[in-house]
Amino acid sequence: MFEYEFMREAFIASTFIAITAGIVGVFVVSRNMSFLSHTLSEIGFAGAAFGILVGISPLAGMILFTLISSIAVGSLSTESSRREASISAISSLFIGLGILFLSLSSESSSYATNILFGSIVGISAKEVTQLMFLAIFVIVVFIISYKPLTFDSFDHIGAQASGLNTRLLSVVFLITLALSVSIGAQIVGSLLVFVLLTLPGATARYLVHSVPKLLMISVGLSLAGVWLGLYLAFVTNWPVTFFISAFEVIAYFLGLSYKNWKLSH
Amino acid sequence: MIEVKNLTKSFGKQVVFKDINFKIADGEFVSIVGRNGAGKTTLVKILMGLEKKTSGEIVMGHKNQIGYVPQFRNIDLDYPLNIEQFMRLNLKFTLNPQKRRHDSEEVERILQQTNLSEIRDRPLGLASGGEKQKAYLAQALVNRPEILILDESTASLDVDVKIQLMDLVSELNKKHGLTVLFITHDSELTKRYTKRALLFENKSVESIDVNQIAEDMFE
Ligand SMILES: Nc1ncnc2c1ncn2[C@@H]1O[C@H](COP(=O)(O)OP(=O)(O)O)[C@@H](O)[C@H]1O
Ligand SMILES: [Mg+2]
Repeated sequence: MFEYEFMREAFIASTFIAITAGIVGVFVVSRNMSFLSHTLSEIGFAGAAFGILVGISPLAGMILFTLISSIAVGSLSTESSRREASISAISSLFIGLGILFLSLSSESSSYATNILFGSIVGISAKEVTQLMFLAIFVIVVFIISYKPLTFDSFDHIGAQASGLNTRLLSVVFLITLALSVSIGAQIVGSLLVFVLLTLPGATARYLVHSVPKLLMISVGLSLAGVWLGLYLAFVTNWPVTFFISAFEVIAYFLGLSYKNWKLSH
Repeated sequence: MIEVKNLTKSFGKQVVFKDINFKIADGEFVSIVGRNGAGKTTLVKILMGLEKKTSGEIVMGHKNQIGYVPQFRNIDLDYPLNIEQFMRLNLKFTLNPQKRRHDSEEVERILQQTNLSEIRDRPLGLASGGEKQKAYLAQALVNRPEILILDESTASLDVDVKIQLMDLVSELNKKHGLTVLFITHDSELTKRYTKRALLFENKSVESIDVNQIAEDMFE
């Protein structure tokens, strides 16, 4: 399959996306932000549609919208329950906006399908480079803030008690989450990017009990999902997103069964 | 030493405590008692710099070496990290191999001391209430604090588990000279382990002999 230029590009882009999503996912799950990442992908859809409408790229539109919303969320109250209610209200507004932007723009509807459901053929060499740089940026931010971010994500109260600036960490994390949603959506689509951002991280929790191991398993599952998905999509011509989500969901339930089996032994 | 002079804290119009004064000597093991809502946790947060004081002065010798075990923790059944990894969250980042080795030795020593060595690989979510409290204590200890603050750490534990935990804290106090501030509602424990208590009452603080503490004083 690598004799095709578009497959090589899709492969490189997916690899970077999977590594980023695998890392970020561990923290998304431990910070209880699966719901928020779902909402961010819907907001991302509106952003991409906006990007098409005003003639900047869908990726740029997506980053713009998700960054603004995640910073807004970060500066809202820290009361997480109140946050969830207001977030779900906002997300329906954004889906509506996305549909409006698409209908106003003159681009063909295939664009819309790509944004929503993902695509492996749509990516150009230039976009691959952009995705790579964004992914590397996210990974570097994680390496730099690794120690305090882990403390805050796995023991928020303890991190506060030890005097860490948890507010700042929250903003940094939300920014990386916004970027991950935007780059992940380029392959998986905004409808299902949260699959990559939550399931591998959640599955890892059933299997291992230290942060480095959680990261390894999560990145591994994420990579396996996109590589397998790309291959099968190439062979069958079915959508790549279907294979990726099927793989991650199966892995999740296997992980859950393993944990239950272990508990009962 | 910790010295608090004319400390006042209010949240908006609500005055939590007003012009309180007390001293705690190095190496002292002191109880902090009072009804729910009297301001015990708020005082601790001010000492830690996590909450702003309204007015007054705090003089402290070793500001950076406080180990604080907070009152509430949200560790559910699904919590993934094992006990040792949970402790290690509180270690400072370092690439220096000598410091890393030193940290590991410290973790090892505390695991032994808190009797957690054998279950160090167990996910914290699956640990019992007493084991969890020991893990919280162990985590607070990895940074070698000189002051330890326990905020109702023994609440909701069985009597024998309470005694185990407090024996351990008492040993740290006696052997290593750790200053301990023990916030509790348990009058028995205050009498068994400490001589003096700071009683939060009517927006002020009074230093009393533990024998003056009556059973129903903080109900
Ligand atoms: N962040 C806050 N904002 C407003 N009021 C607070 C806050 N934290 C504590 N309080 C109030 O201050 C009082 C003292 O609380 P606290 O220190 O937790 O009491 P204690 O630990 O003695 O049970 C209570 O009335 C509580 O409602
Ligand atoms: Mg309290």
